[in-house]
Amino acid sequence: MSDIDIPALRAELRAWLAAHWQVDQGLVAWREKLVESGWGMPHWPREWHGRGLPVACVSALEEEFEAMGAVGVARAGIRLLAAATLLEHGTDAHKQRFLRRILTGEDTWCQLFSEPGSGSDLAGATTRAEFDGTRWVVNGQKLWTTSAHHADWGLLLARTDWDAPKHTGLSFFVIDMHQGGVEVQPLKQMNGHASFNQVFLTDALVPAENQVGNTGDGWKIAMTTLAHERRNADALRRWGQGSGRAGRIYDEERAEIATVMEPYRWYPQRTGRVDLLLPRARATGRIADPALRQDLASVLMLSRASEWLAQRARHAKENGKPEGPEGSLGKLVASHVARAAARVHTAIGGMDAMLAGADGAEQGLVAEILLSVPATSIAGGTDEIQRNIIGERVLDLPREPRTDAGPFRDIPRNPPRGR
Amino acid sequence: MYYGYSPEQEQFREVLARFLTERAPISAVRAQMASDRGHDPALWRALAEDLGLTGVHLPERCGGQGFGFEELCIAQEELGRALTCAPFFATSVLASGALMELASEAEQDALLPALIAGERLAALAWMEEDGQVAADATTLGATRSGEAATLSGHKHYVIDGLAADLLLVVARDSADGALGLYAVNADSPGLTRRALATIDTTRRLAALEFDGCVARPLGAGRDFAAGFARLMDRATIALAAEMMGGARALLDQAVDYARLRMQFGRPIGAFQAIKHKLADLLLEVEVATAAVRYAAAAVDADDPEVPALASQAKAMAAEAYLKSAIDSIQIHGGIGFTWDHDSHLWFKRAKSSEVLLGDAAWHRERFLALTEAAA
Repeated sequence: MSDIDIPALRAELRAWLAAHWQVDQGLVAWREKLVESGWGMPHWPREWHGRGLPVACVSALEEEFEAMGAVGVARAGIRLLAAATLLEHGTDAHKQRFLRRILTGEDTWCQLFSEPGSGSDLAGATTRAEFDGTRWVVNGQKLWTTSAHHADWGLLLARTDWDAPKHTGLSFFVIDMHQGGVEVQPLKQMNGHASFNQVFLTDALVPAENQVGNTGDGWKIAMTTLAHERRNADALRRWGQGSGRAGRIYDEERAEIATVMEPYRWYPQRTGRVDLLLPRARATGRIADPALRQDLASVLMLSRASEWLAQRARHAKENGKPEGPEGSLGKLVASHVARAAARVHTAIGGMDAMLAGADGAEQGLVAEILLSVPATSIAGGTDEIQRNIIGERVLDLPREPRTDAGPFRDIPRNPPRGR
Repeated sequence: MYYGYSPEQEQFREVLARFLTERAPISAVRAQMASDRGHDPALWRALAEDLGLTGVHLPERCGGQGFGFEELCIAQEELGRALTCAPFFATSVLASGALMELASEAEQDALLPALIAGERLAALAWMEEDGQVAADATTLGATRSGEAATLSGHKHYVIDGLAADLLLVVARDSADGALGLYAVNADSPGLTRRALATIDTTRRLAALEFDGCVARPLGAGRDFAAGFARLMDRATIALAAEMMGGARALLDQAVDYARLRMQFGRPIGAFQAIKHKLADLLLEVEVATAAVRYAAAAVDADDPEVPALASQAKAMAAEAYLKSAIDSIQIHGGIGFTWDHDSHLWFKRAKSSEVLLGDAAWHRERFLALTEAAA
């Protein structure tokens, strides 16, 4: 890191951008240039569309992009998780075939991990992949698959050995989503949105060369994908804001963002929207109610303090200190905040809390809050799983005795779910 | 923004924690709880002379260390964790704080050095029988005659009021009704002191009766209302810091016990019923600690939000400390309800801290009113 001259790098990128960036060009054509130059993913290896620079340089270089208003490589959705997984575990042929079109945005990806029968216990997947001598034949059902309806490729976790223990009987594949054996149906949630899909796999085919890693390595590889998920979520939040600028390439980028972000429109509401509590309590006059004031104060305090807790965690991490318990507590405290906020929103609304849409408070936004908050304590690891993690990894409490050792075939599991 | 402790602050904390573990273990706490005085003068001298703790946040010209409010809160956190029986909150937080906020510089120079040196103890007497935190409720009257005054009336809930050599009394001038701070020596004629029976015998309370006691008015020319408000905000945050130290001690004890206690063939911490309870407790303690430390750092930064932050800190600390005490006893099971087990000592401190300087509901209301005013 010490031998990297960041100002010189910035100047080099600035000069390159000055020579190549222009608004009046196609999004894919521009990204081809980013891929060829390596400036699109500067921390990737030189032989794979990068410049082999340390990750620590990336934020400085991103600032140069922002200063110029230049669009970056495609980042949306699962594609960068797929790229990171293939960079680490894929063959050169995989990288040759997939990475470039990931970065240009030509291909869209999805993640086929969760199943109706394996949620918190992801390693309990029962989608089966059987080798017929030339290719893998896949049967099963996947769930919670964002963007599956417009994905070109899927990262697939499937069971290849039923006699091996749970975690070692899984393998990892790249599956072509455009085939008859793959059927995608939207999954409607309790808040009326359909952000996710269920994917039915019926004799779906995966050529032998699209297996990633060795048979039995599926769990290890899936962990790589999931490890990148959190970092990607942060990047996505920044990217998802898009640009208000005029010009052909910005129009194309905005269209891309709109497609990808559409499933996430309700996401702000699942936090409980603490920001709306005080203004709504005032506007409705409910702020005069002493009982409501107590609850309102509690949730405002909890929300502020949890932000300070997160700041401390970030600060400690940036300063190279081992991550304290603050980090792993963030997810659980967010659930508490969301639930408490929903309760206060209900109290503020009174009878109006029964109404939705145009008849509901804030044109139905409050109803959407009330119906979205339950997702917070489930998605991305339930509160109960978080408590296990905190208990075992932070407080160092003993684990529960396992009852899922031995051949996977013999482990009690859920019956298959019908359509 | 305010982050974790600096390496120097962390080192200070460790030195103090080690000192208290050696010099004031829980056996010493139990001995002092049963004693008449309620604290060990030798320990107090050591805290003052060896560690300089009594003046950690006070000016060097008076013999203090000149560190910030954060350092005071670190001291409070460790004293709360160890449940140390010492007149620190009364003398170093409340009384010394009152002199800093309400007395003139000359009066500070005259009175603080003996407090910092550990030679004299002091107590702040402001609450009366109605237990109101605000000074406005004061009825105790002061009759001025030249440079001196005489005090008549009652004070209640005076922390370490019996042990104090110097009493700093909030009184109302009977001529113009103005509130002020008055210094009274503990041996003044006309002063009667009575110990109040308390749930928490690690924190002694007294009732004081003044019958024409000679007193010295302090702080001529200083704005009493503003100074007293600042004093209460600081004392509230310092108390919250002490509470979080206690909460952390209870959490640690419960976790240790859950790792070791075997039932049904496994450590009870392996059961989710216990594991999840402890995870929730850690969450509550960490979040409240974040609020308290943020508030402490805000004092040093002269943040205008300090009043709201003080209320937030105390409200969250009160809930977290009480939950720690209740859950810790619950996780210890039957043994946790016995006198010989130590959990109840912190439980009692949690109870007394819960209502001292305003309970959680009072602070939530105050926080919201301040937040509304700022929004």
